[in-house]
Amino acid sequence: MNTAHAARFGPSEEGAFVVRAEGLCKRFTGPDGKPFDALGGVSFEVAAGRLTALVGPDGAGKTTLMRLMAGLLHPDGGSLSVLGHDTRREAQAIQNRISYMPQRFGLYEDLSIQENLDLYADLHGVDRAIRAARFARLLEMTDLARFTARPAGQLSGGMKQKLGLACTLVRVPDLLLLDEPSVGVDPLSRRDLWEIIAQMIAEEGLSVVVSTAYMDEAERCDRVHVFNKGEQLAEGTPDELRRRVRGLTYVAPPAKDEPARDLQARLIDAPERVVDAVPSGGEVRFIRRPECALDTLGDLLGASPASARPEELEDAFMLLLREHETRRADEADAARPASGLTMESATHFGAQDPQSVIVVRDLVRTFGDFTAVASTSFDVRRGEIFGLLGPNGAGKTTTFRMLCGLLPASSGHLEVAGVNLRKARAEARKRIGYVAQKFALYANLSVRENLEFFGGAYGLRGRALRARIHAIEAQFELEPAAQSGTLPHGYKQRLAMAAGLIHEPRILFLDEPTSGIDPLARRAFWRTITALSQSGVTIIITTHFMEEAEYCDRIAIQDAGKLLALGTPREVRAKAGDAGRDMNSAFIAIVEQSRREKAEALEQRRAGERAESVA
Amino acid sequence: MSASASGFRVRIVALVRKEMRQMLRDRSNLLVGFLLPVALILLFGYGLSFDVKNAPVAIVTDQPSLGARELVAGIEGSAYLSARPVATMAQAEDLLGSGKVDAIVRIPVDFARREGQGHAPVQLILNGIDSVTASTLEAYIAGAVSKALAHRMDRGQATGGEAGQVEIVQRIWFNETSNSTWYLVPGLVVLIMTLVGAFLTSLLVAREWERGTLESLFVTPVRPLEIVLAKLVPYVLVGLIDLAMCLVAARLLFDVPIRGSLFAVLLSSTMYLIVSLLLGLFISGTTRNQFAASQVALLTSFMPAMMLSGFVFDLRNVPVGVQIAAQIVPATHFMAVIKTLFLAGTDWAMVMRSVLILGGYALVLTVLTRRTVRKRLD
Repeated sequence: MNTAHAARFGPSEEGAFVVRAEGLCKRFTGPDGKPFDALGGVSFEVAAGRLTALVGPDGAGKTTLMRLMAGLLHPDGGSLSVLGHDTRREAQAIQNRISYMPQRFGLYEDLSIQENLDLYADLHGVDRAIRAARFARLLEMTDLARFTARPAGQLSGGMKQKLGLACTLVRVPDLLLLDEPSVGVDPLSRRDLWEIIAQMIAEEGLSVVVSTAYMDEAERCDRVHVFNKGEQLAEGTPDELRRRVRGLTYVAPPAKDEPARDLQARLIDAPERVVDAVPSGGEVRFIRRPECALDTLGDLLGASPASARPEELEDAFMLLLREHETRRADEADAARPASGLTMESATHFGAQDPQSVIVVRDLVRTFGDFTAVASTSFDVRRGEIFGLLGPNGAGKTTTFRMLCGLLPASSGHLEVAGVNLRKARAEARKRIGYVAQKFALYANLSVRENLEFFGGAYGLRGRALRARIHAIEAQFELEPAAQSGTLPHGYKQRLAMAAGLIHEPRILFLDEPTSGIDPLARRAFWRTITALSQSGVTIIITTHFMEEAEYCDRIAIQDAGKLLALGTPREVRAKAGDAGRDMNSAFIAIVEQSRREKAEALEQRRAGERAESVA
Repeated sequence: MSASASGFRVRIVALVRKEMRQMLRDRSNLLVGFLLPVALILLFGYGLSFDVKNAPVAIVTDQPSLGARELVAGIEGSAYLSARPVATMAQAEDLLGSGKVDAIVRIPVDFARREGQGHAPVQLILNGIDSVTASTLEAYIAGAVSKALAHRMDRGQATGGEAGQVEIVQRIWFNETSNSTWYLVPGLVVLIMTLVGAFLTSLLVAREWERGTLESLFVTPVRPLEIVLAKLVPYVLVGLIDLAMCLVAARLLFDVPIRGSLFAVLLSSTMYLIVSLLLGLFISGTTRNQFAASQVALLTSFMPAMMLSGFVFDLRNVPVGVQIAAQIVPATHFMAVIKTLFLAGTDWAMVMRSVLILGGYALVLTVLTRRTVRKRLD
């Protein structure tokens, strides 16, 4: 027993630690040419045979840490040993024993699923005798067995990620490193991925280090290390971490006829008393600061009775982040909501205008034989925040592009701001603003120059343009001389929004605006959206963060080109029945039910055909 | 030890298979690898020629005489020239100015008289805009004129034949007909090897960096050298197929003799091909960007191979600085050998010297390329 253990973890590994870091530093040169610490002196240990999570927002140093452990980066200071080998001197020895799945797994897109698996099995020296059984199991778990001959380039995002995991698991490694395995993957594929990981851990007793930005994933882990901006903020079991926010977490319903996001906006605008607030299930969940008792929040809550709720890992995470950001007050930029906007939008437009600004009837878009959007109808009312949700490949982006006039519809009626898009696309485009997923900014122009360009592109000129630029710079707190390319992600997003709003459109389209930004910047972003909607701008938004649907007035869920659900978040959750505790589960339930019905319908039709042919 | 050796074999086979599949499935590879060489062979073989054929020459005869007539007949009789008699010098100058003729031959008034004295000058005016054509033409016309005179002397019609007069007989060795195809086709082999090598491979490592496939590959037992070697194999095959196409085309289409040993041709070509492929891989691994890599490859391998290797310009006639630069270009060493092998024969000392020089390049480039895929992301 003992010798087997020694063989597995090496003689120098006395305890059962697979990773040991002491004062680990890594420095990079930032886009502005100045060096910055991706990791500034981190010390921790990872126990063998456990599932360990590294959590933190973007830029926390998770990926750098993963690459250091894989021996792909050399530390600038401190020491790091993996499986008893020093990563500086014995990188190859580590790489022979671990399996590593980078954030973007390098699948060879012109090779088939089987060929990708074969390649990695050969490279890892997997014995041919056990290979067949291993492949069969991996393909079954990933549900890819039917597509083994298909080139990896033709798989959907979720399938690619599963194949990447399968390639990583062609052999049983001494340590498995997974760098954000579920980033950019829809909730269904995310659940599948975690089922595979859980199964491998249960059956093979793997030591796993996984990095993630999702708290529900960290919840599944034995031990959680929380990072932010290159520092470790805390570590412990999920229970230990949760204990930090015990008694600070509440939930409050909004006043009658008030959208939950308005109450949420009031709470999050008081950071000296409230750590965090998010709309959820028609109510607002919030965390108070430890030094501020609940009764000091009376002015914010109004008549709403706040009741205590059980603390969650996410709450602990937000508290840690907020405390850390306050300590680094100079860089608290991302955490601060665009307060100028809050002031300006004091004039509340009240309830939504019943008039529809977007009318979609029987919209269809086909690409060859493939129907990307099938007969979709909905309305968006003035001043509404309308969310378009769906798994990868559901037709969200196609629908979105048709609404913006970037893609002609195959058939159906489409009206935006009172203009028929099939007839007068240029006319409609003037009335809308569009913020693409990859912000269309010119990196080597300054903030001011970018705004001047976009203003000019929308036909603004001279004094009108200057006045508008000044107003919007103040509104989004932008520094005119800053070079766009060197801005942090959250700042870039504000600039992209400013560029999209420069011509004062009444409708704003946002395509996955929150992907890749950290939770604090995301709160600030939604605060801006809430304020914009209060000033009467209609907002149509796509997102793959289901909890963000709670900020919307109404949402539509799409899958395989079909509209599955349409209504307020409450209505959509109700549609999912018991499963609709939160938006994420409601979403999964609705999509799965539709897929099941489709499969059953197909089965019935086949049965019918069989019966006919027999007769 | 044997376990690690078999591990190496399994990995290299797996990697080569992967590279082969990737190459065969990417149509643009095959286009550059096979279609472009064919296009180059046809272009250089048929389209590009420094030869002069049926060049129009204006002839102005100021005073007709028997000697003048025979001289015109001599020019007319040349396969390379076609005579166009004109009445006046002014007319001839117009024709030359408008490019309708390439040269003027003027037979002066006192031609017959001075011919009798054994010293009869004939004026030759050439269009020097294209100096290569002009000097070729000069030689042809001089040849035709002296041939006509020689005929007359044979028949005793001309008297300048004093005792001891030396007749210069021109002869060109190796490329007896002075056919430019003969000297372009061996150069073409160099160009195609360079193109296939540097251009195709310049995309390989950069693509893996861009698509993030190297990061996954790095964290396996694979060694950097294995990655480099596996990338060479499929493209050496492509290069050898191209070489075979060149040899067949040289022999069957253009009747270029291949006088040296076929083994020496293969040996030096394979060596140069490997250098060229490694240069492409090195550029690719250094730039880590497909677009930049292909641009750099074009500038640092194809252009020097075209300009500096002695393909177009004789290196002995260029300034010392350029000569030194040319010696650095691997193509120069291969160019000299392959021309000798095609047109003169096997000079083993020369072949071995070039193979050694190219081998040195291959070694240095292997070390450098291996460094570009060392398993580090910083």
